Amino acid sequence: MKKKKLTLPHGIPGHNLSQIDREVHIDEPPAWPINDKLQHVGKRVKRNDAEAKVTGNAKYTSDMQLPGMLIGRMLRSPYPHAKIRSVNTEKAENYPGVYAIHVFSRAFGMAQPADNDKENQFPEIKYAGQPIAGVAARDAETAEEALKLIEIDYETFPFVVTVEDALKPEAPLVFTTNVEQEDKGGGGGGAKGLKTQGNLRGPNTASFYGGPRGDLEKGFSEADVVLENTYRTQVHTHCPLETHGVVVDWKPDFVTIYASSQNTTSVRNEFAEVFDLPMSKVRVITEYMGGGFGAKHALGNFGVMAGHLSKKSGRPVKLMLDRKEEHISAGNRPNSIHVLKVGAKKDGKLTALQQKSHGTAGVGLGAGVGRIAQAMYECPNFSTEQYDVFTHAGPGAAWRAPGNVQGAFALEQLMDELAEKLDIDPLDLRDVIDKSEIRKVERLRGAEKFDWKRRNKPGSDKGPVKKGIGMAQSHWPRITGINASVEVRAFRDGAVEVRSAVQDIGTGTKTILAQVVAEELGLKPEDITIRIGDTLFPDAPGSGGSQVTGSITPPARNAAYKLKMQLLEQVAEGWELEAEELDVADQKIFAKNDPSKSIAFKEALGNMRTGQLLTSASRSDDYGGFMVGKSISYGELGSVQFAEVTVDTETGYVKVDRIVAVHSCGRPLNITQLESQINGGVIQGISYALYEYRVMDKNTGHQMNANLDMYKVPFAFEVPEIETVLVEEYSARSSTDAFGIGEPANIATAAAVANAVYNATGVRFYEAPITPKRVLEALNNL
Amino acid sequence: MNKFSWYQASSVEEALKAVNSTVSESLTAKPGTGAVFKSGGIDVLDLMKEGLLQPEMIVNIREIPGLDSIEDTADGGLKIGANATLAEMMENEKIKQNYQALYQSLNHAATPQLRNMASLGGNLAQRTRCWYFRSIDHQCFRKGGSTCFAKNGMNEFHSILKNGMCSSVHSSSISTALMAFDAKVEITGSKGKQRLVDLDDFFILPGDDPSRENILRSDELIAAVILPKISSDTKSIYKKQGARESYDWALADVAIVADVKSGKCSKATMALGAAAPVPLRIQYAADMLVNEKIDENIAKEVAEAAMERATPLEHNAYKVPLFKALIKRSVLQLA
Ligand SMILES: Cc1cc2nc3c(=O)[nH]c(=O)nc-3n(C[C@H](O)[C@H](O)[C@H](O)COP(=O)(O)OP(=O)(O)OC[C@H]3O[C@@H](n4cnc5c(N)ncnc54)[C@H](O)[C@@H]3O)c2cc1C
Repeated sequence: MKKKKLTLPHGIPGHNLSQIDREVHIDEPPAWPINDKLQHVGKRVKRNDAEAKVTGNAKYTSDMQLPGMLIGRMLRSPYPHAKIRSVNTEKAENYPGVYAIHVFSRAFGMAQPADNDKENQFPEIKYAGQPIAGVAARDAETAEEALKLIEIDYETFPFVVTVEDALKPEAPLVFTTNVEQEDKGGGGGGAKGLKTQGNLRGPNTASFYGGPRGDLEKGFSEADVVLENTYRTQVHTHCPLETHGVVVDWKPDFVTIYASSQNTTSVRNEFAEVFDLPMSKVRVITEYMGGGFGAKHALGNFGVMAGHLSKKSGRPVKLMLDRKEEHISAGNRPNSIHVLKVGAKKDGKLTALQQKSHGTAGVGLGAGVGRIAQAMYECPNFSTEQYDVFTHAGPGAAWRAPGNVQGAFALEQLMDELAEKLDIDPLDLRDVIDKSEIRKVERLRGAEKFDWKRRNKPGSDKGPVKKGIGMAQSHWPRITGINASVEVRAFRDGAVEVRSAVQDIGTGTKTILAQVVAEELGLKPEDITIRIGDTLFPDAPGSGGSQVTGSITPPARNAAYKLKMQLLEQVAEGWELEAEELDVADQKIFAKNDPSKSIAFKEALGNMRTGQLLTSASRSDDYGGFMVGKSISYGELGSVQFAEVTVDTETGYVKVDRIVAVHSCGRPLNITQLESQINGGVIQGISYALYEYRVMDKNTGHQMNANLDMYKVPFAFEVPEIETVLVEEYSARSSTDAFGIGEPANIATAAAVANAVYNATGVRFYEAPITPKRVLEALNNL
Repeated sequence: MNKFSWYQASSVEEALKAVNSTVSESLTAKPGTGAVFKSGGIDVLDLMKEGLLQPEMIVNIREIPGLDSIEDTADGGLKIGANATLAEMMENEKIKQNYQALYQSLNHAATPQLRNMASLGGNLAQRTRCWYFRSIDHQCFRKGGSTCFAKNGMNEFHSILKNGMCSSVHSSSISTALMAFDAKVEITGSKGKQRLVDLDDFFILPGDDPSRENILRSDELIAAVILPKISSDTKSIYKKQGARESYDWALADVAIVADVKSGKCSKATMALGAAAPVPLRIQYAADMLVNEKIDENIAKEVAEAAMERATPLEHNAYKVPLFKALIKRSVLQLA
């Protein structure tokens, strides 16, 4: 590899900013200075699709209307555990307006037997709401009437829906053999090759940070203080505004899929695999996306069903889940019963950290408490055992920082307890145990903005309505996808277009791509046309793991840089200079040493040899290499959040008054959009701390609150004042040096709120959500 | 949702001629039969969407002229037509000034959009939000089944009083306030026959008939709700606690109406919502206020007394201290 040396900014402005030299590939663009020296990057650039969205011109998957389109609906099992003896679709087929019926012969979107791929005629029913068959009809009402006419003969069996019951020796079994669940493009799945015993699978003892370390026994024996508690979190379902769904348009030689998806590339790959088609014959389009928080990476059983129905009927089929289906079958954040034990010296130094967790992803895998306890603090002796417990309930899926939100709820409360026990301020304790430089700065800047000094002793407010403040930290890895490619095209009329399969799920990917390319070409972001969310364009990673910004913006910049150099070469030729002697700014190309030589960018394109310039680039390896494999970058996406709450100890009602969220994501690209992401993460964190939880009826196996009436998501009054502080951090890892923020925004909030509730009441809440019921039970010893 | 026909009633007589079933009756009738009333349609539509209600005909009473009027009564009270929406009631000056607890209950009910559609009549006749009742997969007492799933199931939002058979709670929080004001319901039957019943008698307990929550028969229509005159000493307080501050059903709500002069109470009524399968008057506790000076002690005593017969279930014992807190605070606010 031909290399060159780049000198790049490194460190935290206002703290320890310096420069660093890195050997990089010869094709890499020059180093960008820090944000205050850039034109568009790091600024509050307006979303380029804002107008389309607020005027309703943006068409989402659920808005799609194609000529001859049918509506698909699915028949779901009313029983949580059953065998299907027979299915009779005759009456439904003859119902007027029905065009196609399909009955599943395989279950999708749940764990599958590892050593047994024998296809039964019908998959066994393992949760109430599991789809069995689908109908495509001229409208939804007809499809639903037809579903009622499908006759199914079930043999029902005992079932189990709670972790505690599932672990009893006599519990009905969800799976009778070892099972696996593939991670479909970042949307979940579990560690491979673990054994299942009864309903218990695991333990998972390692992550990409490695396995256990040190000697726990020794660590605890060296400790001055040992604390151990059990923390519980709830099952948290997904409530995106737009439910899961697709429109599949199966033409004999080409299939087009409109998908409300976080991952166009993986949906294409999975569809091609399921239907045995070449990837080149499947096109997935996600132009606008109505919200995805981790569960929308896979094709899903609804996508498979729509594929079959469109293939059979020869017409486009739209299949969108309704809200109830979304709750019961479209993925959820598994619960956790998390035993966490810490040993520490008097000065706060941790000597041992031991973690054991059980959680249920229903019929899926991936219940765990993440890597946060393993990675956030310095502790020489550590071990984790994370178990999946199967229950007859809908499958889990990724949910904004999977595992780590559950993990943080425990870890950060335990640290709060440790600080109190050692009589050290929680922030000072972190200064001792947290070696992260970025979080140190975040603590400093956050504490000042929040006015942490005013913190009182727990429960010190007089009267029944008490105020409290608390804080918590988060860790999230810098995940990078190298299968991230971008094309940039420039046209003779001056138009510039960016193309990639990468989807914008509302996070603002379209806008940051325009900013990055505009910055490189000396143009304005609004001059750049962004065409993404379409697998006709180059592959890109899914919007999961907070990886998109860090993965896609470097190739976007690099492709734009290549295009720029090609254009500069053509211009330089006319001026009898070398391309390197030219530069761009303010929509112009000019000679660096001769101000008289200048031409408008647009005019230069008008003069070019061909009608278009076309360049592409894929994600280069990180400058200086990766930390793990080719997927985990050095550094982390840490945050510190502060919460202020009011607790009415007589009604049990907890109100969050204010959050200060201090975050870093490398080089911030768009301040407004970053704030939006943090606001969203904080709101969902508050909701996790106080409101949302799935209610399963243990006697009938149904979710009782599968709607937005009884499943309590936050509304306007539940949203506090949220102040964000962004800490710029340069680490010289790529041509943009930018990273994402979606998941980090969601990790610390619930723990910060729980710590604030403790500070208000003097009573520790070990279980989320902290509802009036839980508060009153605790304060009244019920 | 099933197909149905639509009948646009332009008078009470027409409506009564067209209707042949209450929504409650229709829930256990053969699918595709029965003609039922609809005003704002909020509850009717919800029940239809879940597949619980499959009527043959919807009788739209929404457009009947005059059924939405709000007028003074001859003796100084207020008569509110059944079709008046919750939003219209909130705009009425008399409700705002004289019937403050009612105003507060309206202000805390549902959302502004829902209040624009929701009628008073529909609010009284709405069915419970018990999640087993609302689920097509659970055939409970109230739908002709033979069990109450909530009893030994997930019952945190359920009743703590009079919950022997069915442990649902009535969902009308407006009625909590109306009951404390001793409201009466004017009902028009076939051939124009009118009857006037106390709101207390309008609601019925599951033990009397689990399939319905009120006395309405299939040939009857709620015409109006009548509020008696209040005195210049009347104070009224309404408090509600939900799981959220933004719109939510009550975990508990309380209304107290009392005559108080110089801090001393001469007469009081109290009703609790979300406590029992019906909005529940707790008169014996309210009576404890009579001739008492309003203070912390009496407030606590009343709260304790009101909860002394509570029989909470596995998951809703928290409602007892919650009601006590709301009652205590309401009483103290009378001073
Ligand atoms: C999300 C949500 C939140 C809510 N929150 C609250 C709350 O906090 N507090 C509260 O009290 N309510 C609440 N409600 C309930 C709401 O107020 C009622 O559903 C509404 O008032 C019903 O009125 P309607 O006109 O839409 O009734 P409809 O749906 O038209 O009818 C409801 C029932 O009443 C019958 N009916 C209607 N009018 C008459 C009449 N004149 N005579 C005889 N029968 C009649 C119908 O046949 C039907 O059985 C909430 C509802 C929703 C959906």
